[in-house]
Amino acid sequence: MESNQQIIAKGIFKSYKDVKALEDISFSIPRGELFGFIGPDGAGKTTLFRILVTLLLQDKGEINLFGLDSRRDFRKVRLMTGYMPGRFSLYQDLSVEENLTFFATIFGTTIKENYHLIRDIYSQIEPFKKRPAGKLSGGMKQKLALSCALIHKPELLVLDEPTTGVDAVSRKEFWEMLGNLKKLGITIIVSTPYMDEASLCDRVALIQDGKIMQTDTPANIVSSYSAPLYAIRSEKMHKLINDLRTFPETASAYTFGQYIHLTLTPTAKAEDVVGFLSEKNHTGLEINTISPNIEDCFMNLMVK
Amino acid sequence: MSEREIVIRVRNLVKKFGNFTANDNLCFDVYKGEVFGFLGANGAGKTTAIRILCGLMAPTSGEISVAGFDIYRETEKIKRHIGYMSQKFSLYEDLTVYENIRFYGGIYGLRRKEIAKRADALLVRLGFSEVRNSLIKSLPLGWKQKLAFSIAILHRPDIVFLDEPTGGVDPITRRQFWDMIYESASEGLTVFVTTHYMDEAEYCDRVSIMADGRIEALDTPLNLIKYYNASTMDEVFVKIARPVQQL
Repeated sequence: MESNQQIIAKGIFKSYKDVKALEDISFSIPRGELFGFIGPDGAGKTTLFRILVTLLLQDKGEINLFGLDSRRDFRKVRLMTGYMPGRFSLYQDLSVEENLTFFATIFGTTIKENYHLIRDIYSQIEPFKKRPAGKLSGGMKQKLALSCALIHKPELLVLDEPTTGVDAVSRKEFWEMLGNLKKLGITIIVSTPYMDEASLCDRVALIQDGKIMQTDTPANIVSSYSAPLYAIRSEKMHKLINDLRTFPETASAYTFGQYIHLTLTPTAKAEDVVGFLSEKNHTGLEINTISPNIEDCFMNLMVK
Repeated sequence: MSEREIVIRVRNLVKKFGNFTANDNLCFDVYKGEVFGFLGANGAGKTTAIRILCGLMAPTSGEISVAGFDIYRETEKIKRHIGYMSQKFSLYEDLTVYENIRFYGGIYGLRRKEIAKRADALLVRLGFSEVRNSLIKSLPLGWKQKLAFSIAILHRPDIVFLDEPTGGVDPITRRQFWDMIYESASEGLTVFVTTHYMDEAEYCDRVSIMADGRIEALDTPLNLIKYYNASTMDEVFVKIARPVQQL
């Protein structure tokens, strides 16, 4: 693929004094992709995104964005990038409309010129356009911030944890908005600590402690999980997890909603664990083989 | 269930801000030793209700008792019998682990010797003895959260309120945190918790879901899933908690 059709990061390192925030981060993202960085707080997502949008310099490594070098061509990179930082960073005492006008003006455009890009999102907060941004609800702030990041018609949208602290319903709506923006051909890089959002991305990188553990489509990540995985429950769930942890053949046991997800050592079988638990007087025992989800995969990679 | 001891009793709780009704006639009980999930979309009225239950804000009307104390006349007693932890405000970053423990112990009126004794036990249980004199800001987020929870129950309250305690932590730490919650609940602590992680809703003994200031559903996760013909709490939540258009 030609270099002006993708974003390529090679060997990015960044340290803050003796804290290594990023270690040897490499990836490539073709134009038009919806790419997710999935990982907990402190994994390095925000540092990486600041470097991507040229607000921070890496110690080592190179990033090429659609043919532009992030250091040498930083002015051009800024013009073609829309960035929504994790912390709400609009002007709290300017109105909704004033904020949007401000962002349009500094990029030399107008709300009118690119209204079509933000219509679906902005129309939901337009009835409140005279209200100070600081007085908006969480969901409305998020929509305004996205509108401001989009108003100059960026080729690349970089969204740092847009759904953190947002309830499950609003999160679903936000991802639908991202799906619509992707259809317009905008490349979207998004980070999230919510593992279940991985399946909404074309491809994801699982990131932990400044390192990428795996990069692939959600489906491939799930199918690369090799060990058989069991979902197990009984009437006494708290006792069940404690007992499973004392079972010598248990490789991992984590709670997942109403079930415990269990993997066993290579030689052990499901019957062995059933026998063990029956001896421990568990009743209502249920055990099924299941396909892992992204969170199973993430935890599996973490302990490797 | 009727024989179980009630530690939070809420009848007809109403809270209005001008014309806006944040809590619209809430009625529920929370039992001793229960892990009670308090869910709802952003803006549904959860924070208002929690502030009232913690004695930080008076309701407009309703009969409410927390830990056996009346919400209108005995707020100071309520505060002494509850613990509180949120993701946003937990510990003082520029104090050490031990200084934070001592500070909170002091606020709750524990004697110095008692604080020292409980601090030692707490640090041993968490395996944190080595970081006793480290600044909070030098600790990983997951450690801070475990410590914040332990400090929130240092004065052995009847009830602990956890407001989105696990936001942002890695999936393994998040589960270790829930292990701590279960353990404390099995010792009789009542846990009142809000979360945006729907799998965590399934760990609760009972769950209430708020929408538009009202409690739309309250039952065990399993019963809610059956009743709403869903396979997970996530589906239940989406069916009930339509987003509120806030004005």
